[in-house]
Amino acid sequence: MNTPQPLVLGIESSCDETGVGIVRGTTLLTNTVSSSMDEHVRFGGVIPEIASRAHLDAFVPTLRQALSDAGVTLEDVDAIAVTSGPGLAGALMVGVCAAKALAVATGKPLYAINHLVAHVGVGLLDGKHDDGAAAAVVAGPGRGGPLPDHLGALLVSGGHTEILEINSITSDVQLLGSTIDDAAGEAYDKVARILGLGYPGGPAIDKLARTGNPKAIRFPRGLTQPKYMGTAEEPGKHRYDWSFSGLKTAVARCVEQFEARGEDLPVADIAAAFQEAVVDVITSKAVLACVEHGIKDVLLGGGVAANSRLRELTAKRCASAGITLHVPPLDLCTDNGAMVAALGAQLVMAGIGPSGIRFAPDSSMPVTAVSLPA
Amino acid sequence: MLILAIDTSAVASAALVSDDALEGVVASFSTEDTRSHAEVLAPGIQDLLAEAGVTGQDIDAIVTGVGPGPFTGLRSGIATARTLAFVWDKPLYGLMSLDAVALEVAESTDAAAEFLVVTDARRKEVYWARYSLADGQLPRLEDGPHVSFAADLPDLPAYGAGAGLYSDVLRADPDFAKEQPDALYLGQFALARLAAGGKLLDSTPLYLRESDAQVPGPRKRAL
Ligand SMILES: [Zn+2]
Repeated sequence: MNTPQPLVLGIESSCDETGVGIVRGTTLLTNTVSSSMDEHVRFGGVIPEIASRAHLDAFVPTLRQALSDAGVTLEDVDAIAVTSGPGLAGALMVGVCAAKALAVATGKPLYAINHLVAHVGVGLLDGKHDDGAAAAVVAGPGRGGPLPDHLGALLVSGGHTEILEINSITSDVQLLGSTIDDAAGEAYDKVARILGLGYPGGPAIDKLARTGNPKAIRFPRGLTQPKYMGTAEEPGKHRYDWSFSGLKTAVARCVEQFEARGEDLPVADIAAAFQEAVVDVITSKAVLACVEHGIKDVLLGGGVAANSRLRELTAKRCASAGITLHVPPLDLCTDNGAMVAALGAQLVMAGIGPSGIRFAPDSSMPVTAVSLPA
Repeated sequence: MLILAIDTSAVASAALVSDDALEGVVASFSTEDTRSHAEVLAPGIQDLLAEAGVTGQDIDAIVTGVGPGPFTGLRSGIATARTLAFVWDKPLYGLMSLDAVALEVAESTDAAAEFLVVTDARRKEVYWARYSLADGQLPRLEDGPHVSFAADLPDLPAYGAGAGLYSDVLRADPDFAKEQPDALYLGQFALARLAAGGKLLDSTPLYLRESDAQVPGPRKRAL
């Protein structure tokens, strides 16, 4: 298939958002999302089984809504795309089974798509980057125009923290670095719980951090010691990788020390110092990876892209390094079906064949697999 | 009436059943594997339709087993059935999955008047239900479904793979010691019940267990 402006329906269910998006080529028609976030609040984090149950009940209503919002019928659709990984195994299974049933019932080709690469794919939609980036003041002349082929992507969310190098969005994506334990968003949730700030932790900490002193306490930046970093010529094992579990432990220990001394907890200072540690290490390593790979454009994606300090510091450090930062609007940064549809459309336009209906979801699908072959 | 029946409460299976066909069966497939539903179900249904020369528009209703069964597998079938019913705009019904084995027992020659159907619930537990049989009737659900330890079940003849697994504590029928709910029997059960003017369930899954989620307790303070 080599359709110039294919109508593609994308399905996302890798975490707690059930998403159905529809695009025509690079034009977004609808981005319909149903979230089970509220059901996870009392647990302080996403519970996979609860998310999976919610996906099952949300899928058909979300699909119906998306078709109606876009004003298209399934008949009109040229291809279906679904997240096949990485993500929560049971959650992925619901979207994949629904997508396969959709393919069987309509006879349309099905693409099994990499969730992380889809976060980047959303940036290829017309006018769908930069405009949400209040802090990304560095956006250059090509503002809103097509992204370059050679691109870095910094993805930060509750489920992942990665820096990718994209040479071709449809055929050549490499992982430069990732977290080796918790995702950044997970660290926010855990620390918010320690500080009694509720779930989701990201917005709560971000808000409180604005009133605190980030320099009041110094929390560790994981994997920044020379043995992990090495040099540009001889990179260490974790030069571009992150680790947030030690940071979480350091916050817990700090809180205990204040309590042991019977002192009032400087919650705002701790929040600010924690946030500074996360954002500092994320941005410094991401920018380093880009500079050392000759990357001149970076797309910021994932739910934590909403974090004001992350946007601010990423923009600042990218600017100093001569890198142009692109940030999609926030509703396209968080998990959604439009990003899956957007990447699906790129695959169709590149003449890449569909995946068929025999593939298995892969909870640890590598970024080098943009889509699964038939 | 042509029904597409799907069950993934244990193995993955699908069947086309019709009151016009001999023994009601048009075509069917099932796997032995209990862990690959997401891969095999859609191709299985596609082949089934092709083999029978049937399109979605020829189907009058879709019936899905609603469990009980291991959650992830169970959802595969329900998600598939709900989506097919939406796209083809057909009525969707649910049927308790253990009914499939109960019908199979009822059709066997040595069925007891009262019996249990038992499947594997993993974690050393079983899903089970108690049925009674009267001549010329569909098996009647008397109690269940439940999830329990095999040792805690009523002392009755027990049929199904869960009985076979715990034959040390259950009166497991050896001919049914590996039997799993199959869409073929589920479809036949649905046809018979609809023909008799009976009602079916909706497609809400019977999980029987809560998610394992624990609400975290308050953080322990240092003092
Ligand atoms: Zn994501």
